[in-house]
Amino acid sequence: MSVKKTKTNGQTGNGQARTPAGRTAARAAWEEQFAAGAKRPGAIDRTISDHPLQPLYGPDDVAGLDYERDLGYPGQYPYTRGIHATMYRGRLWTMRQFAGFGTAKQTNERFHFLLSQGQTGLSVAFDMPTLMGYDSDHPRALGEVGKCGVAVCTLQDMQDLMAGIDLGRISTSMTINCTAPIALAMYIVCAEEQGVPQERLTGTLQADILKEYIAQKEWIYPPEPSLRIVTDMMAYCSRHVPKWNTISISGYHIREAGSTAVQELAFTLADGFAYVEAGIAAGMDVDQFAPRLSFFFNAHSDFFEEIAKYRAARRIWARHMRERYKAKDPRSWTLRFHTQTAGCSATAQQAENNIMRVAFQALAAVLGGTQSLHTNSLDEVLALPTQKNAQIALRTQQIIAYETGVSNVIDPLGGSYYVEKLTSEMEEQAERYFERIRELGGVIPAIHAGFFQREIADASYRYQREIESGERIIVGVNEFVQEEEEQIPLLKIDREVELEQCRRVQAFRAARDPEATRAALDRLVEAAKSGANLMPHYIDCVRNKATLGEISESLVPIFGRYREPAVI
Amino acid sequence: MARPIRILVAKAGLDGHDRGAKVIARALRDAGCEVIYTGLHQTPEQVVEAAIQEDVDGIGLSVLSGAHMTLFPRIKQLLVENGAQDIVLFGGGTIPAEDVKPLLDAGVAAVFTPGTPIAAIIDFVRRECGKRVGA
Repeated sequence: MSVKKTKTNGQTGNGQARTPAGRTAARAAWEEQFAAGAKRPGAIDRTISDHPLQPLYGPDDVAGLDYERDLGYPGQYPYTRGIHATMYRGRLWTMRQFAGFGTAKQTNERFHFLLSQGQTGLSVAFDMPTLMGYDSDHPRALGEVGKCGVAVCTLQDMQDLMAGIDLGRISTSMTINCTAPIALAMYIVCAEEQGVPQERLTGTLQADILKEYIAQKEWIYPPEPSLRIVTDMMAYCSRHVPKWNTISISGYHIREAGSTAVQELAFTLADGFAYVEAGIAAGMDVDQFAPRLSFFFNAHSDFFEEIAKYRAARRIWARHMRERYKAKDPRSWTLRFHTQTAGCSATAQQAENNIMRVAFQALAAVLGGTQSLHTNSLDEVLALPTQKNAQIALRTQQIIAYETGVSNVIDPLGGSYYVEKLTSEMEEQAERYFERIRELGGVIPAIHAGFFQREIADASYRYQREIESGERIIVGVNEFVQEEEEQIPLLKIDREVELEQCRRVQAFRAARDPEATRAALDRLVEAAKSGANLMPHYIDCVRNKATLGEISESLVPIFGRYREPAVI
Repeated sequence: MARPIRILVAKAGLDGHDRGAKVIARALRDAGCEVIYTGLHQTPEQVVEAAIQEDVDGIGLSVLSGAHMTLFPRIKQLLVENGAQDIVLFGGGTIPAEDVKPLLDAGVAAVFTPGTPIAAIIDFVRRECGKRVGA
């Protein structure tokens, strides 16, 4: 399973022999001085992820690297320095702010505002009931409608959400997983009515169901049938929606759930390999679907560790895709990714300080070569962002892009002793995790065994204890605390939103042809039983005005409902 | 020697954010409590039923989905209806400061907002839920 690398110890990158005696003397002198020098109380010799750190990195730490084998030029295998030859000299990353709240109409207004402010792509946040397959008027949706995102349970909702937006021109990312094929079906039908054929659609579905069981915990069916649904969608899109990114394999939620950077890296890529294996097992050629897989990572606060993580991710993916899965198309080797700054690092205390945290995290994402970026708003620790705070977050990206100069040179930290060493160490540690997952029988058996869940819970508890003990300082929380905090104005979702949305769903159901809806749902159920590709049937259901809740529920008798082994 | 304090750590609604709940569950366990974790996606009815069945001294409810104004009062109401109002209901999550007072008025014993030291939660549990152990 692991990809072999040959080491060339004792050689520098350009092949010159070292002069051990001279270097050792200078090095020894520094080591002596360092050992005898001042010790700052509270200095930490580990990253935020508990990865051990040296006080200094030097030529010895990168002696095993071979430039072309391990780094390569941008746009060249193994893509450590970036996936495009031109990177941000060619085009900047996409500034894609995640937005969604209340009703489709309210979110549509926010979309128009963000586009008018220079945002270059859309990203939809759905509410919890939509993410879990419940219509807004379901008893389990009570109190949750429009809270964490926008409620979309009918074709009408999708049409209102995208009103006045040309779906042939804008790319849309939808953060949705177990109900992803329904959202895609709604988007396809909505575009069709705008006169845009599905072949022209560009965008991304998260649809990363494996990480739901690992971290985000929004599911309907057990992992096995869920993976089949994702595979059906990959196969359908490779034929009919060729420019669509079918899965955004996500480390973001794994990290938010409390994992370390290495766990985020390893578990995410392991999920990616599981999708590749599922696609191959379903009879597809790897190059038929792998170019449409993309990734989604977190940008946490440990600056260099994050940069190393993105670089390592590209190298690992390239090596495994070419060497292990025998992909021939270079687009299958390249790891494209979206980044979002770490929500879990934001503090409610002195919330304005989150602007600075976000700026550093976003800078790390850019130095790590991200393809698109969401910067969190300062108030997201307490509520969905206000328009003002969403604007500051977008401006943060624009300042990085246009004022700091970091976009002028490709992979400017490439060759840094520290960054290169950390990149290699993270790759090695990820390989060790792949080995452990393989020993457990693969990703799905490891989920059933609670392996990922326990690893993450251990890491998050360790981190929390470090904060509790004051060993790790969080500004404004356990140090530099302000007694009287000023309250920041927050976005409120009116209770009226829920009532309004429930009325809309009920009116939608009342206005359709119930026979046609029933027949479409029956055809979906038959396809689920027969093993046919489900995606055309999801589209058929949407066309015949079945709601998201009805479509999701219709498959429960066949696929079952997932119950998690509760691990603490 | 009194018996250990028993706490039900609960996740209600559709919210899947279980990081905080798990950290609190472990911390309370390390502090000597007996901890039962409901797992995710429980209805208020299921939470209250589990609390009564397990004869816990307190329920720690974690809500990060914005549904706290619905879930906390509903659970409190069900506790009262089932004659279990002596079970201490407390909780936390992404709860804006202005929502804290209405929740306290609705009978929630304490609301811990983001950044609360765990030690403060443990102190609260020992003090308030401990009363039930002593009785």
